[in-house]
Amino acid sequence: MSATADALLVFVLMLNFVVLGSGRIRSLIYTVAAQGVALGVLPVLVHPAGLREALVSIGAIVLKSAVIPRMLMRAMADLPVRREVQPLVGFRTSLVLGAVATAASLLLASRLPVLGNTAVRLLVPASFATVLCGFIVLIARVKAITQVLGYLVLENGIFLFGLLLLDAMPFLVEIGVLLDLFVAIFVMGIIINHIHREFSSISTERLSTLRE
Amino acid sequence: MMSDRAVDAAVQPLLLLLLPPLLLGVIVKTKAAFAGRVGAPLLQPYHDLWKLLRKGAVLSRTTTSVFLAGPAITWVAVVLAGLLVPLAGGAAPIRFDGDLILFAYLLALGRFFTALAALDTGSSFEGMGAAREMTFACLAEPALFLGLLALARTSGGESLSDLFGAPIAASWSSATPTMVLVLFGLFIVLLVENSRIPFDDPNTHLELTMVHEVMVLDHGGPALGVVLHGAAVKLLVLSSLVVGLVVPVRVDAAPLRWALFVAATLAVAVAVGVVESTMARLRLLYVPNLLMGACLLTGFGFLLLLGTHP
Amino acid sequence: MAASDTAASLFALLPVWLPLLGALLIGASGLPGVFLSSRSRAGERLAVVLHGVGALAVLVGAVASLFVASSPRFELAWSLPFGSFRIEVDGLSAAFLVPLVVVPALGAVYGLRYWSQREHPETGRKLRAFYGVLAASLVLLTIARDGVLFLFAWEGMALSAFFLITTDHDDPEARAAGRVYFIATHVGTLALFALLSIVFAQTGSFGLDALPEASASAGACAAIFALGLLGFGLKAGLMPLHVWLPGAHAVAPSHVSAVLSAVVLKTGVYGLARLTCMLPHPPLYWGGLVLALGAISGVAGVVFAIAQHDLKRLLAYHSIENVGIIVMGLGLALLGRSQGRADWIALGLGGAILHVWNHSFFKALLFLSAGSVIHRVHTREIDRMGGLARSMPVTAALFLCGAVAICGLPPLNGFVSELLIYLGLWKTLAPADGSPVAAAALAVPALAMIGALAAACFVKAFGAVFLGVARRPHEREPVEAPRTMLVPMAALALLCAAIGLLPALAVPFLDRAAATWSAAATAGGGAPVPLRTLAPVGPLGWITVLSAALWVGAAAAVLLLRRRMRVEDDQRVPTWDCGYAAPTARMQYSSSSFAEMLVAIFRWALRPREHAPRLRELFPKSAHHRSHVDDVVLDRWFLPVLRWIARKLLWLRFLQPGRIQLYILYVLIAVLALALSTVPVGELLKGLVPR
Repeated sequence: MSATADALLVFVLMLNFVVLGSGRIRSLIYTVAAQGVALGVLPVLVHPAGLREALVSIGAIVLKSAVIPRMLMRAMADLPVRREVQPLVGFRTSLVLGAVATAASLLLASRLPVLGNTAVRLLVPASFATVLCGFIVLIARVKAITQVLGYLVLENGIFLFGLLLLDAMPFLVEIGVLLDLFVAIFVMGIIINHIHREFSSISTERLSTLRE
Repeated sequence: MMSDRAVDAAVQPLLLLLLPPLLLGVIVKTKAAFAGRVGAPLLQPYHDLWKLLRKGAVLSRTTTSVFLAGPAITWVAVVLAGLLVPLAGGAAPIRFDGDLILFAYLLALGRFFTALAALDTGSSFEGMGAAREMTFACLAEPALFLGLLALARTSGGESLSDLFGAPIAASWSSATPTMVLVLFGLFIVLLVENSRIPFDDPNTHLELTMVHEVMVLDHGGPALGVVLHGAAVKLLVLSSLVVGLVVPVRVDAAPLRWALFVAATLAVAVAVGVVESTMARLRLLYVPNLLMGACLLTGFGFLLLLGTHP
Repeated sequence: MAASDTAASLFALLPVWLPLLGALLIGASGLPGVFLSSRSRAGERLAVVLHGVGALAVLVGAVASLFVASSPRFELAWSLPFGSFRIEVDGLSAAFLVPLVVVPALGAVYGLRYWSQREHPETGRKLRAFYGVLAASLVLLTIARDGVLFLFAWEGMALSAFFLITTDHDDPEARAAGRVYFIATHVGTLALFALLSIVFAQTGSFGLDALPEASASAGACAAIFALGLLGFGLKAGLMPLHVWLPGAHAVAPSHVSAVLSAVVLKTGVYGLARLTCMLPHPPLYWGGLVLALGAISGVAGVVFAIAQHDLKRLLAYHSIENVGIIVMGLGLALLGRSQGRADWIALGLGGAILHVWNHSFFKALLFLSAGSVIHRVHTREIDRMGGLARSMPVTAALFLCGAVAICGLPPLNGFVSELLIYLGLWKTLAPADGSPVAAAALAVPALAMIGALAAACFVKAFGAVFLGVARRPHEREPVEAPRTMLVPMAALALLCAAIGLLPALAVPFLDRAAATWSAAATAGGGAPVPLRTLAPVGPLGWITVLSAALWVGAAAAVLLLRRRMRVEDDQRVPTWDCGYAAPTARMQYSSSSFAEMLVAIFRWALRPREHAPRLRELFPKSAHHRSHVDDVVLDRWFLPVLRWIARKLLWLRFLQPGRIQLYILYVLIAVLALALSTVPVGELLKGLVPR
């Protein structure tokens, strides 16, 4: 089981790079959805199968691969945006940064005092790497919808980390995390619409006029 | 013999209803004496009331049922308050711990409805009178309560009948400065609550200078009679507090006791008449100052007791 | 017998289960409406039914708790690492539960026509949902016995109240009031967090039981008391922490204002009562401080109220005054505990809780009737109203009932609670006591002045709104409010009259609450205080007799006078106008003119602002005169200080260029720093470098 889990985690890390390097928004959405499916399968693989793990799995898969991509596609439908054209940090630079982050996580993460299931060795480094890649997307991109996708990647990383503690964490918190994700994306979709209505663009550079 | 309390309880309501107009007559006669006139007969107020009660009724278009509720409720409240006061150095017909608060608040209830009836007419004169009356009351109530507090501290009672009575004689000897201050304070409260000089001139004909008179400007006929009688009962009730302070003796024989009370009350009415004849009405701006002075008098009297008693 | 044992034990648990179930029902009452269409009326009707059933369940539970010897508990461990779900209905909770649940239920019925779905399709469902959550949080926080659960319910109440205040979010005034409320309530919650941390540090648990004497140091107790005064005082509206009250109560829909004023403020009072229940050995100065704060709050509240010309702001300031009176009673009870005087406790706490009940009922009545007026006239300005008693007679009569009650005049309920507090203060005068305590009796003139000022204010309010003639012509002639709005008001008026006539109805609750309050203190090892019920110290029997006499006498006198002075409508004449012959409606005394003398006397505190016209030309033209009294504490103290602080910190703006990406970078740096701080970095780097 842990071999399959490791393979899936490597797949997740690869998808991180795809997200960092691509500028076409539709493909970004599909990539993140695929990452969600991969993550959704993991709870059953990492822990011995039980009702709770099955529920979390199914909830994660449904949410991350079906519900959220559909919400984002619907938000995108009203907007004339198809690509991220002028990011703050270029695609190549963000790829390099992502590689550095992944390397750092792989080297250092295993040294951190972390409790829980360490049979799957890649779990902790993969989660840190995903979180850092999500942050890089959030910082480097200008269009609001790309930032939402960066947030999704960040949440995937947190979900990965939570898998470690699935036994220790109350069920309520797991479900709470999923609910939090759903609500956050819902709200962001609404906000993107409002931003577009107000500024006729979803470039977040315009938002700095709200500073005063 | 029939118990004293039963006799008192029977005589008090009668006295409350029948004596007040005589007080008004005495005040008018006193002022006339000072002015060198003969003045109206002593029993004139009774004739006036009788005449008013037989008159026809006129009402304004603007008024609602609050207009007539005003005099009616005021009268009932004042008479009920009168039943709480120990009139002749004995016990009031109704007494319980805390009746002094009910006393003050019944008078406030009367004032509330009189002011509402004044505003009901939609006239600016009556609004002005109501505003002035309610404003003066805000400063007079603390003075009244501070005076009662001082009396309670010396006599240790919680009911009007306990405060006024036997303990007063002892208090005069043990705490004379306080009693003098409280007496002045209560007399000023008497003047302001009954709209006498120096707070209001009951004989003026200028609406802009009136306080109580202008509040009842639109009342006529039977309603005016009720208003006048109620105001007179209020004068009696508040003077009986002053009488209770000044005349602390208790005579056992009932007729003598009541005669003494009536004489003392008429003396208070004469005193009011003297004040009215010798003082002029205060400028409106200075009235709050005088009222705050009354508060300070009674408050100081109370604080004196706090300092000296163990 | 096993069956009767189980029946008895089930009955004993009723006081705990019923309020919990009732709270769940009330909280869920607004939810079905959210899922129905915005055009259907089923949602609002279902909400009212659910709310009513829930309220009834809570009420039955509260009454049942009086019959159970010891208060039942219910505990449920939950999956959070701190606190537990512990609820209990003791005397104090039961006494507060009754008004906390009756007033929102009646307000919900009122809201059916006042904020009906048809007239307000976009805000109606949201309003009902949050209304249910607010009412449910109120019940939950009264029965919670664990600090964490209490805070959950407290925040639920605070947040739902915020959404209710800003229901009309298009109005900039509503948004501003909501902002001030939000900041104030969260400052209070912060104080409560600090308070609970100190409790946890002293006792090791978050329970709201009495602190054992051994583990509570005097300094910690004083800190808890101060934080409690800050946190609960902010919610209750004690001066000078009242700054959010007038704005919030003025802009909210009227039945929400009624709930805010009548009930939400009382949770602050409940918190103070529960807190003082927990702390052993209150020193004398606590009682004196609370008494003084109450007196200041009462006088200042009513002085500000007199200067208002917005009807709802006026009522809001009166709430501040009445909370001052309630806190005075609480201060007296604290003094009683310090001195070991059971009669002071019975009268002080009994008077305070009875005033909580009375204020809930008559303030809700006043807000609801003010709401009916505003609903018809579409303005809150008193000086635009007038003469409404003729077109809205029932509303006028009910408002008059509320006005007489709030001024504390007999025979209604306000007088009874004020009498109890007066009596308690009077008892501190007894010559045997030491003089510092007898100085507490100086609160009596303050209470008297509060009563007289309140009477002046309500003569002004009732007179200017309902009596006289209309000052401005209305575009549509106002008609009486619909029956759905009149029935809750009439119910509240009936409650006021009933308590004024028969205060013995409330006495079992008051006795139980006073017993709980003083008993909990002795459980922690304080000095035992002999229990006194209200009956021997309060003249309640006489009040009943005299109230009945006053009702009968007044009714008979009014009827007789009306019969004697009967005049046909066409024979009525104009009011005496001193010969002017053409008086207009604008010549009537307005609310500002009525209050002018009092505002002038208190202008050192009120700082009225006046915009007077200056005459520049020979011939008169039209001009404006405007006078206004702001909230001095907010506009002259807090806001200038806060603006000064903001100016001094302006140089920090360079950190805020407005770019989201930079802010996210800040977050990333902070997270990495935190993560690395948990790791021994030297060891990490050592393991990195290959040997």
